[in-house]
Amino acid sequence: MTRFPLSASSMGGGLGLKPVHFDAARDCAQAGLWYEIHPENYMVAGGPRMAWLEAIRASHPISLHGVSLSLAADCMPDSQHLKRLKDLADRIEPALVSEHLAWSTWRGQYQPDLLPFPRTNEALERISDNVARTQDALGRRIAVENPTHYAVIEGHEWSELDFLGELSRRTGCGLLLDVNNVHISAFNLGFDAADYLDRFPGDAVMEIHLAGHSTDADPSSRLLIDSHAAPVADPVWSLYERVIERIGVRPTLIERDDEIPGFDVLLEERAKAQALLDTVRVPA
Amino acid sequence: MTGALGRFQDDFILAVHGGEVHDGPVAALLRQPGFAVYRNTIMKGCIDALQANYPCIERLVGTEWFRAAAAVYVDRSPPVDSRLLGYGHDFADFIDDFEPAKKLPYLANVARLDRLWTEAHIAADEPLLDAALVASLPAHKLENIVLRPQAAARWIWFPDQPAYTIWRVNRVQAPMPDELAWTGEGALLVRVDGVVQWQALDAGACVLLDACARGVSLEHAVTCALDVYPGTDVGPMLSGLLSAGAFSAESATCSLT
Repeated sequence: MTRFPLSASSMGGGLGLKPVHFDAARDCAQAGLWYEIHPENYMVAGGPRMAWLEAIRASHPISLHGVSLSLAADCMPDSQHLKRLKDLADRIEPALVSEHLAWSTWRGQYQPDLLPFPRTNEALERISDNVARTQDALGRRIAVENPTHYAVIEGHEWSELDFLGELSRRTGCGLLLDVNNVHISAFNLGFDAADYLDRFPGDAVMEIHLAGHSTDADPSSRLLIDSHAAPVADPVWSLYERVIERIGVRPTLIERDDEIPGFDVLLEERAKAQALLDTVRVPA
Repeated sequence: MTGALGRFQDDFILAVHGGEVHDGPVAALLRQPGFAVYRNTIMKGCIDALQANYPCIERLVGTEWFRAAAAVYVDRSPPVDSRLLGYGHDFADFIDDFEPAKKLPYLANVARLDRLWTEAHIAADEPLLDAALVASLPAHKLENIVLRPQAAARWIWFPDQPAYTIWRVNRVQAPMPDELAWTGEGALLVRVDGVVQWQALDAGACVLLDACARGVSLEHAVTCALDVYPGTDVGPMLSGLLSAGAFSAESATCSLT
């Protein structure tokens, strides 16, 4: 099968792939466009989903963005899940594979969320081992995403930036920088998002995420929520510009998982990211 | 051995399910409004998945009722697999025993059909048996062939409810017929060219498919159907199943050549 060539450098602004937009997504030929999926939604024996994905893959790069490998759980990644991920990667030949600095599966139960943990030496050992096992199983480098924070966790022995940097140094993994997560976490925990981003290990960044957020339904909490249910907010666009001016162009995804608008609306948002990428000079 | 990270995860999960945690980092976390965000996100993720997997139930009972019932189910049967596409495999059994659903005695069976749709949707791909090939067989070969239902084929018989009609009209969001005959109904779901299709199925055909799935010869399968439902009209039943694409091309290759 003829496929779109694999090269992250040809990837500009991407979109999360939604089944409801399948036909439009397949037919859209804008330069630099690529799509991201949650591999869990395609770990099926067969059927139309795989056929859709194969059809999209014939004309666009695909990124696999896992949500349930549970790298920060105090156990090894589930071997069956890892095998299914490997099978999907072999079949789709994704341009990028990423996961989260979080946990979701624990003692056989799956919590559909990305859960926090104390960044201890023990956690670093465990997560480094889990990332290494994942990369060995897949035979490729993965990118690990910075999480969103809603609360102060006691017992950290590492700052998040040092933790991510050390994880990358130990395992050779890349990082996925979610600018919206930084904006939300900075608001919720009270730190400076621009300062955090200025110190983020830029060389390791393989991909950038942009998404919209919401205010908590409980106004007394004074929290921003990583809902992916709204357009990217202006302050997040500003932070994004600041990041790519410093580190250069990276494949950049517009994430939208709820209150999904028409494909044309998502394309407009994606065009905004592409326009910013097009103005950035690639650092020599 | 569980270390501090594992203890944190044990405490966190306990707290998500409303358990008390008195000390350590999770206790400190519980004192902050942010913990509710995690709890709410987990619950919303599970309920959203169930809602996506049972569209006809949501249509029959309304979104609010559905999500309230789903929350009870999620508490009892949290996901054990991150492929939420398959979450809620026993939701119909839950509805059977769910007191507020007793006024809608067909609801569990409609849920069974939603579940069969999901199973048919994600089952393995395989070529289908060519009906013309079977039709061309001489009688002695026909009796001995073993017809294997396609991987995506699902069938079910409801002896005392028109659950298939109720499901069908809700699946395509059509209005309910003015008069609904309160009799038993069956359904066959298959996947043809990547699309899940459904049709009514009589009781004899359900018995025949059960027998075929056990790997017995067609002659034996027909006998099984006639034993249970002597009135079964075998010819039209078989040609109906064949033209629906109920069988795999791998059926009895040896006897077909």
